[in-house]
Amino acid sequence: MEKNISRRNFIVGGAATLLAGLGVSRLSDVEGSGAPTGLIQHPEDEGHDGFGMVGAVDPERNGFDPLEILVDWDHGSVSQLPNGQTLREYQIVAVDKEIEVAPGITFPAWTYNGRVPGPTIRCTEGDRIRINFVNAGSHPHTIHFHGIHPFEMDGVPGAGAGEIGVGQTTVYEFDAEPFGCHLYHCHAVPLKRHIHKGLYGAFIVDPKEGRPPARELMMIMNGFDTNFDGGNEIYAVNTVGFEYARRPIPAKVGELIRLYLINITEFDPINSFHLHAEFFDYYDHGTTLKPTLKTVDTIMQAQAQRGILEFRYRWPGKYMFHAHVSEFAELGWMGNFNIVEQEDFEQALAESGLDQSWDERALNGSSLDR
Amino acid sequence: MSEKHKSNPENTSPISTSGKILLALFPLLALGAVLAYIVLTGAGLTELSGPPVEAISVERITLPRPGLIELKVVNDGPQPVSIAQVIVDEAYWAFSAEPSTTLPRLGQATIRVPYPWVREEAHVLTLITSLGATFEAEVPVAVESPQPSASLFLRFGLVGIYVGVVPVALGVLWFPLMKRLSQRWMNYILSLTIGLLIYLAVGTWLDAIEFAEELPAFWQGVPLVVFVALLSLGTLLALGSIRGRSGDVLSTAYLLALGIGLHNLGEGLAIGAAFALGEAALGTFLVLGFTLHNITEGVGISAPLVQKPPKVTHFIGLVALAGAPAILGTWLGGFAFNPVLATIFLSVGVGAILQVVWEVGKLVARSSESTGNALFNPVNLAGLATGIAIMYFTAFLVKF
Repeated sequence: MEKNISRRNFIVGGAATLLAGLGVSRLSDVEGSGAPTGLIQHPEDEGHDGFGMVGAVDPERNGFDPLEILVDWDHGSVSQLPNGQTLREYQIVAVDKEIEVAPGITFPAWTYNGRVPGPTIRCTEGDRIRINFVNAGSHPHTIHFHGIHPFEMDGVPGAGAGEIGVGQTTVYEFDAEPFGCHLYHCHAVPLKRHIHKGLYGAFIVDPKEGRPPARELMMIMNGFDTNFDGGNEIYAVNTVGFEYARRPIPAKVGELIRLYLINITEFDPINSFHLHAEFFDYYDHGTTLKPTLKTVDTIMQAQAQRGILEFRYRWPGKYMFHAHVSEFAELGWMGNFNIVEQEDFEQALAESGLDQSWDERALNGSSLDR
Repeated sequence: MSEKHKSNPENTSPISTSGKILLALFPLLALGAVLAYIVLTGAGLTELSGPPVEAISVERITLPRPGLIELKVVNDGPQPVSIAQVIVDEAYWAFSAEPSTTLPRLGQATIRVPYPWVREEAHVLTLITSLGATFEAEVPVAVESPQPSASLFLRFGLVGIYVGVVPVALGVLWFPLMKRLSQRWMNYILSLTIGLLIYLAVGTWLDAIEFAEELPAFWQGVPLVVFVALLSLGTLLALGSIRGRSGDVLSTAYLLALGIGLHNLGEGLAIGAAFALGEAALGTFLVLGFTLHNITEGVGISAPLVQKPPKVTHFIGLVALAGAPAILGTWLGGFAFNPVLATIFLSVGVGAILQVVWEVGKLVARSSESTGNALFNPVNLAGLATGIAIMYFTAFLVKF
């Protein structure tokens, strides 16, 4: 309707002289709207609470919880090879699944193991990784690891097993190197669709000497093009828009927080991460033990770029973190840390629906002893 | 046919009234059975059912006060739609929906978004459904929507008077001059009136189509315009034939005034609605433009009356009928815009104007005949061209 009227613009642009003498002066200056031009006008009753989404996503129904995904390191089933090398075996099944990416909005996803992102594969540098891959989806898929491996294990069409057809299986096997914060994703064609439909996950390789103890969290920045117009309607970390704003991530004052951050956002060239009220050290790709960037509060990542962030909070508070692409932030990629004193930590866990085991996994992510 | 039946009574089946009712009902009962079968069993068509198709049409956006945007939406798709979230300017925003976020087919809802819109700037709202489909609505220039108040009512009314009543009344003031014109020149003026009417018919038609194309799909907007226009044309022609072949010029003048009135109603609607959407800056220039543009309408209304001048009160009635709808249109457009009614009014207007083209055309034909000229003589043709040209060029003042 409004389009209709906007085409009737024969009324637009009439001379500035209003019909003062004829009694129709100030006609466009309707009662109550006399606020100065350009000022943001705030609603009287709703306050600033209008921002955000209505409702909540049910993790039970989705089969995965973004809060759990932060810390659910998958070390695989561990055994020793005759040469003494650690073997980690994983079962990954590609399966179509409708997931709820924002309250009330479903997305026909393609998933690894029924979740987006897929399982967080965590191992130590030099481990032998064996992935038993089953394609139970409706299109050919692959798993392409960002890491060092032989050509046949690259998980792309034309290399090794190539695209794995529907109902087919394959095994990807290689040594985990280099250490760092990596990722894996489907590399079947068309690539764009196979990625944005949800086929990706974190691949974290711990250095042999380990990293200092810390509260560790894994975040994949992603987006969902729900109307398939080549642009995302929803941005998030770990899939559900605004979930960490609704259920802040608990942490303690003074403790080291280590964030494995990966960008898989499709369609947009760049995503970014901004931490409020604190600065962090950044290890690009996580392939060094010394920071590649010191004392920053914003970093940007191209697609598939990733890195490790380390920081400590000095004071309690609900500190925001978000993409400093405001559009992404307001379309769902925004969350909070709930930094509390030791004595308030249990309550902070409970407020976000988490328990002691979540805390244990956050504090013991390393694969060194497993 | 019926004559024939009467002459062959043996052909009429000896059947009682209740029997006839049964015969009439039987196909309906069979239809009910078929429908029940399809609904209950799927009739073997379940394999044909495709993916869900969602459609939402935004009927009206208003900004009732600072910090609030209100949308009226209707589901014109084939199945229920759930509005899961609302995005304003690429940011998710809280909202409420009355009566529900789920709209059945043809169901309506009012969506309220507490968004701090910025005066005189543009905003885009995106409704996102449970299946992730998106529907956009635009606020081209944000200003607070007019709320009905005595003073605004009055001011809108004044605009209607300047745009509708004043020019028509001024045009009628040429009547004394027209009475003194020769038959030849009178034919020129009547032809000019036909030119004016043709211009108005085209303009009203285009306006009606514009509204129609924006209507929710189930209204079948463009066919609606065609049928309503044809129906009103047919009805008015039938009424004319009842009046008798000669046709009384006063009633022709009233029909002419009615047609022009419906056209002016459309103009008023557009002006009022543009105000409501913050698109209008009604300058002196524009009102002057409308006055000039519409003054020819007054000439048109009174031209047929030259042959038989009526009482002065009739002129007042004619001016009111042709001009006052602009006031009503401004009010409706500003306070309670309804695109369906607008489409119907304008379509009736098209039919009405075409009917008067026919009536005035007959007047010119008779009058030309009486002076021994052909209908399409140079004077008549010049009048027609002048009428169209005046309307066309004065429209430069009001079209931007």
